[in-house]
Formats: sequence, C-alpha cells, structure tokens
Amino acid sequence: MADDKVLQAIDEPPVIDSEICVTDEMVEVYIMGKPYTVPASLTIMKAMEYAGYKLVRGVGCREGFCGACGTVFRRRGDYKLYSGLACQTLVEEGMYLTQIPSFPAEKAVYDIRELEPTANTILSYYPELARCVSCNSCTKVCPQEIDVMDYVNEALRGDIERAAHTSFDCIMCGLCAVRCHAEMPQYLIGILARRLYAAHIAARAQDLESRVQQILDGEFDKELADIKELSVEELKDLYRKRDIEPT
Amino acid sequence: MGYPDYMRESIEKVNATRSKRLGVQYPRLTMEQGNEVLRDHHPDFKDEQKRNLRVGPNKGDPANHEFVDVLEAHTAIQPGDVDLEQVDWDVDVLVIGGGGAGSTAAMMATEAGAKTLLVTKLRLGDANTMMAQGGIQAASKPNDSPVIHYLDVMGGGHFTNKPELVEALVKDAPLVIKWHEELGVMYDKDPDGTMITIHGGGTSRKRMHSAKDYSGGEIMKTLRDEVRNRPEIEVVEFSSAVELIMDDKGACVGAVLMNMETQEYKIVRSKATVLATGGFGRLHIQGFETTNHYGATADGIVMAYHLGVKWVFMDSVQYHPTGAVFPEQIVGLLVTEKVRGLGAQVLNMDGEQFTYPLEPRDIESSKIIREVEKEGKGICTPTGKWGVWLDSPLIDLIHGPGTIERELPAMVRQYRRFDIDIVKDPVLIYPTLHYQNGGLDIDANTATSVPGLFAAGEVAGGIHGTNRLMGNSLLDVNVFGRRAGRSAAAYSKDAEPGKPTLEHLTRYEEELKKAKVETDRHAPVLLPEYRPEHMREHILDIPL
Ligand code: SF4
Ligand code: SF4
Ligand code: FES
Repeated sequence: MADDKVLQAIDEPPVIDSEICVTDEMVEVYIMGKPYTVPASLTIMKAMEYAGYKLVRGVGCREGFCGACGTVFRRRGDYKLYSGLACQTLVEEGMYLTQIPSFPAEKAVYDIRELEPTANTILSYYPELARCVSCNSCTKVCPQEIDVMDYVNEALRGDIERAAHTSFDCIMCGLCAVRCHAEMPQYLIGILARRLYAAHIAARAQDLESRVQQILDGEFDKELADIKELSVEELKDLYRKRDIEPT
Repeated sequence: MGYPDYMRESIEKVNATRSKRLGVQYPRLTMEQGNEVLRDHHPDFKDEQKRNLRVGPNKGDPANHEFVDVLEAHTAIQPGDVDLEQVDWDVDVLVIGGGGAGSTAAMMATEAGAKTLLVTKLRLGDANTMMAQGGIQAASKPNDSPVIHYLDVMGGGHFTNKPELVEALVKDAPLVIKWHEELGVMYDKDPDGTMITIHGGGTSRKRMHSAKDYSGGEIMKTLRDEVRNRPEIEVVEFSSAVELIMDDKGACVGAVLMNMETQEYKIVRSKATVLATGGFGRLHIQGFETTNHYGATADGIVMAYHLGVKWVFMDSVQYHPTGAVFPEQIVGLLVTEKVRGLGAQVLNMDGEQFTYPLEPRDIESSKIIREVEKEGKGICTPTGKWGVWLDSPLIDLIHGPGTIERELPAMVRQYRRFDIDIVKDPVLIYPTLHYQNGGLDIDANTATSVPGLFAAGEVAGGIHGTNRLMGNSLLDVNVFGRRAGRSAAAYSKDAEPGKPTLEHLTRYEEELKKAKVETDRHAPVLLPEYRPEHMREHILDIPL
C-alpha cells in the first residue's frame, strides 16, 4: 500500500503555473448553427456531449481510428473551410461546426481472390477515377494527412503498390469524397488498392505456408494433446525453463 | 501546447540518461516476484472494489461493482412490451455484433450455406478490433510452434486458461494469418514475403504480426470490405439487440432489436445465434479511463446472463500498462505495446528504469502503479493525474533514424496534433482499462450452455484465463469468430425452434425481487453516459 505521504501527494497535485494547464476557460461554439458554451479544453466530441448531445451518430472509437466522426467547421472571420475528426480536434472560440457522420458512396462488389492486379483493375471498378481534375481538395481535407490526390492518381496510373502504401493510413472517414469535384469515393479506391496489393502483388510468406501445411497434416496434434494434459505444476515448470528468443 | 516547463525538467533527465540506458536491460521478474507485485498493486486484488453477485447462474461470485450493477438491474424490456409473433427476419444464423468476431462469423456461416443476418449497434466495423494497434500472434516462424505459443498463453494467463480453448487459439492462428493474406490484409513483410514479427509482452518467440500500428484497423477494414462484397450476408446497422428470445425448450431462437435512431423494435427469429458484442470497457471499472470503443458496454454478456449463461473470470480485468495520461484531450488513449516491443523503456521521474518493459501486461501495469503509489516517483499532470515516462526516442537510437515514423505513424500523428514530437521526447503513460479477460463460458466450438447460443470474441471468456497477452485478442476474434460461424451454421441445419417466449425475463425479475435487490437501473446498457449531470437533471421527457 502507498504510505500516507505519497497518498497525500496524490490528493494534492502540485499547482502548476503553465499556459497549458487545463483551466475552466469557456468558449462559445456553434453546433449546427446553435451556440453552446463549453470548456475550452474539450475535443469537439466531448464538447457536444457537454452541450447535452447523446451521440449515436458521428461517434465510434473516440481515438482517431474508425472514421465515424468527420467534422467540417469554419472559424469566425475566416472564409476557409476546415475539417477534422471530432474525437481528435479541440474546440475553439467561435467555431461553427457540423458533423458528417455518413456520406453516400457506392462500393464496388468484387471477389478479391479472382481479381488480377493489372493496370486497369481499379479503373474498371471505379471508372470515375479518370475524372480527377487534380484540384487537391481531397488532400487538403484529409484528417490523416494523406496525399489523397496522389493515391488517386497512382491508382489511375495502375500503380497499385504505391496507391496501397500511400493510402495505408486511411480510416475511411469519407471527408475527401465530400469535397471531390470528380464525385469519387477515394477511400473505397484505397482499400481496393491495398487488398489487391496484399493479396496479389506482395510476395507470399513461405514460412507461413509450410506452417499451415504442418497444421493441416496434424503435425502438432499429439504434442498439443500432451501439453493439454499436464498439471499446472508441470506447466509452470516448463514455463520457467522456456528459452526466450533474444530481442 | 506541448509539455509544460515543470515536466520538461523531468524530460531533461530522461533525455540525459538515454545513451547510458541504451542496451541496458532491466531484469525480468521471476514468477514469484511477479505474483507478489500483482497481489500488492493490481486492481483485481482490491477486494473493496468488488461485491458478491446476488442473482443468476454466477450468484455468490465476486465481481467489480460496476459489472454487478448491470447484472443486478431490471431487464431492458418486459415480455408485454413486444409482439414476438410479428417477425421481421427469419434466418438460420443471427450474428449480433459487427466487429472482428461478428464479421468473420457471418462469413463462415454463409460459406456453410446458412441464411445469415448480422446486426450491429453502431456501424459495421465499430469495435475494439478497429482500434487494436500492435499486432496479432501466430506461431508462423520455423523457430516457433503452436505448442510454444500454447505455453506462453497459459503462462500469461497464470495457468487458469481453459486448455481446449487455448489449443484452438494457437492451432488456428497460422490459418487465420494465411486467410488474411489471401483476403488482402497488408501485413508488414520483407520483400521476399517473410512476415516481419516482433516480441510482445510475455512472448518467448517473435510472433507478433503487424500492419504498422494500424494492425486491427487494417484487419477490420479488410473484413468489413469483404462482408460488403458478399451480398448473401444481410447487414443491419444501428440496431442493437436488447434481449435474446428463448423457446419453450430452453434454446435461444432469436433476439429483440431496437433501432438506435428511431427506437422502433424488430423481431428476429433464428435457429442459431452468435453473440459477438465485445467487452465492458465503457463501464469504466474501478473508475479507470478506457481505451475501448464507445459501444463496449457489456450488453451481450447481460443478455446471455438473463438467459442463464454462466461467465468465467469476469472479476479479472486487463489494464493496459501504457494509456496516455497527457495531454488531457487524449487521456486513456492506447499507446501500443509495439512501442516497448521496439525497445522503448519505462522510466520514472528521474529517468530511471524500474521494470522490464515487456512483462506480461498485468505485471507491467502493477509495477507502474507501484512506482507511482508506493515509490512516489510518478510525474503529475496539470489535471492531477499521474504517470511515468515511456521513452519512445530510444527506438530510433536502437533501430536507426526514421524507425518511429515508419513503424508508429498513428502514434506520431496523434501526439503531433498536440505538439508533442515522440521522436524527440518521451510520452507520459499510466495503466488504462483495456480488456475484459473473462466472459461467457464457451467450449472450443464456441457453444454456450444454452442450445443455439454461441459466443465469440471479447464477450467470451476462458481463452486468456486471468490475463491476456498482447496480440492474442485480434487472434481470438478471428479464431473464435470463424469457429462460431461454422458451429452456428451446423447447429442450424437440424434445429427445430419451439414456441418463442421472453419468460426468462420474468423469471429474472422474480429472482431480483427474491434477492431483495432494489434498483432503478435497467440493463443491457447500450451506450455510456457522458452528458454532464447538471444537464441531465434538466431534461424534460416530453414527446416531440
Ligand atoms: S483519405 Fe479520405 S476517407 Fe481516408 S482518411 Fe483521408 S479524408 Fe478520410
Ligand atoms: S478532390 Fe477529387 S478531383 Fe480533386 S484531386 Fe481529389 S480526387 Fe481529384
Ligand atoms: S470516433 Fe473514431 S475516429 Fe473519431
């Protein structure tokens, strides 16, 4: 157990004189046009909850991985349109915001195992690729800072490998599609590129292949059946003695 | 933004000792030492945080208050609330949950010829699977084997795991990776195709396969794309199951759903049902912050419990050693174990190592809690939270410049948003609620004690005993999700559902009354409550 002195210290965090120290400062934000006063330290998502929204749409992982919470906003006195993930973006005084939790897009249906990774494969599923006017709006809006226009053009050129790597961090929030003059669903093109690359272009793992064969041949069945029968003491002993591959 | 000055003082100590610490390994604890630190510092051993459950098949068992609260609660609906005869879907297999386990189950069920419906509370892919960063274990390398993997899993789980489940886990593991490879999951590979694998906490071989630090995301996005490529799988989003339906023979024959937006209910009749609803992180056990998805509210386990399914190891919770505690906006956010796998050390306020960085998670967490609570060597944040340093810059020193940016793009990005450069400065971390070690009692084919009800993924327990190793949950959802889909499809072939009822809910209510449980809570809880109290006190319940 912690001794008293330490516990006391835990109860009373040091008073810190620092600009980043979280304060009670409040800001006014406009959620879909209506002003709410919320603490300045909150993300857009937490600010909406603070304002009283019980979120069902526009919320998922809350950590920047799922793409549920794409949000567009403007700042007072600034003509520019900004965007971000509600779970990762802090509120600011005078922010006008609207979430775009879902944006219509038609996903192509394919059987990945049957596809061949040719220069035209992606284009044949998403012919709108060819309509890209290289306006760069998609890149500017991407909260993952992906060069979206680049992967679109790599896909268009048939460079599947590059498109796969460039688009890798895409969380499929759909913000790029909202801004696209060519009306294309970039993120669906990205995932097709990644699946094509991983399934058909990247070399297959040979070790894995042989291991799978060994398992299918039942090579480990006996050993596994035996180890399953060991007592806890016997297992502990084996565990203690196991050798560990150096890091 | 960035670090405040008083933290910089401590960071300077970390930066100053870095080159001296390079290559100096803090020793691993022996099993006995490990047990001692667990006993003294792990939240699972805090008896005052638990109480004995008074109702249901686990009556008398201890569990954390927050979990007991949802079991000792009124059922979400009463039999009179819905008309079970008005059937909206009649299917062979109903899959509840749209994460890794649910998606794989739905694929396998349809491949086996079952008419399948997948329902999910939020969107398809909204699940902890999407958020898993570090990787997925599989004994795919020549120096490794499923048997060695088995021993690591058992050791990590303190030998409490159910052997038949561990066997299934380790044996299917390479098959899962192979399946993913064919589906087009972009694993990290060498140019010749060899999977790049590293250590994780508690592994004796380098068997962690990853896709940068978006491993779960890459897997989940691929599975989701694949589900959508298969028109034979019907997917209904924003529809939460609120209770399961039983027949007069005691089998599970479907579920009552509720549209999360309109609150309209729908009735699904099914011959077999797969629960793949995930865990309970959003119940904030013992007040801990959590890395979990918004929907992780233990709803599946509560519904199954109403039906009489027992759980195992639910008093055992995994606190991930490295949750962010600074800056405030990302508190609870997971800092992947891969950071330690790549060589980052865990340091106290003086820049000293105090633990082997890759102990099993429960031990690593306990050592961090100990360093803060007992040794008093933590660093306090401006909001009064405590943490210790995770020395990320060490990674580039070990593996060469550029490694951090290449291997940990998600993390670099997340901290950069708050002006913290993890290539130059360490990050402040503390254990955060990460995983429900326990869950519904299942067999190796995912069957529960109720005929027609199967469970896979975090909702099920026994696979990991009282502590799961990193990389075994992405594996778990795939292995048991696939098995659940096949088992449910096979069961549905000769199932003959009887008359549907919700009588089990009436019985549960009677039991609550008999046990003198007084509460105004209702469960399952579908989403956590984050609206402030001052606001909720002023809500008027007037129909619009
Ligand atoms: S590429 Fe498009 S969908 Fe993907 S993260 Fe960027 S904006 Fe979102
Ligand atoms: S927004 Fe559309 S048209 Fe503009 S660069 Fe991106 S893909 Fe091309
Ligand atoms: S809620 Fe998942 S990215 Fe914001």
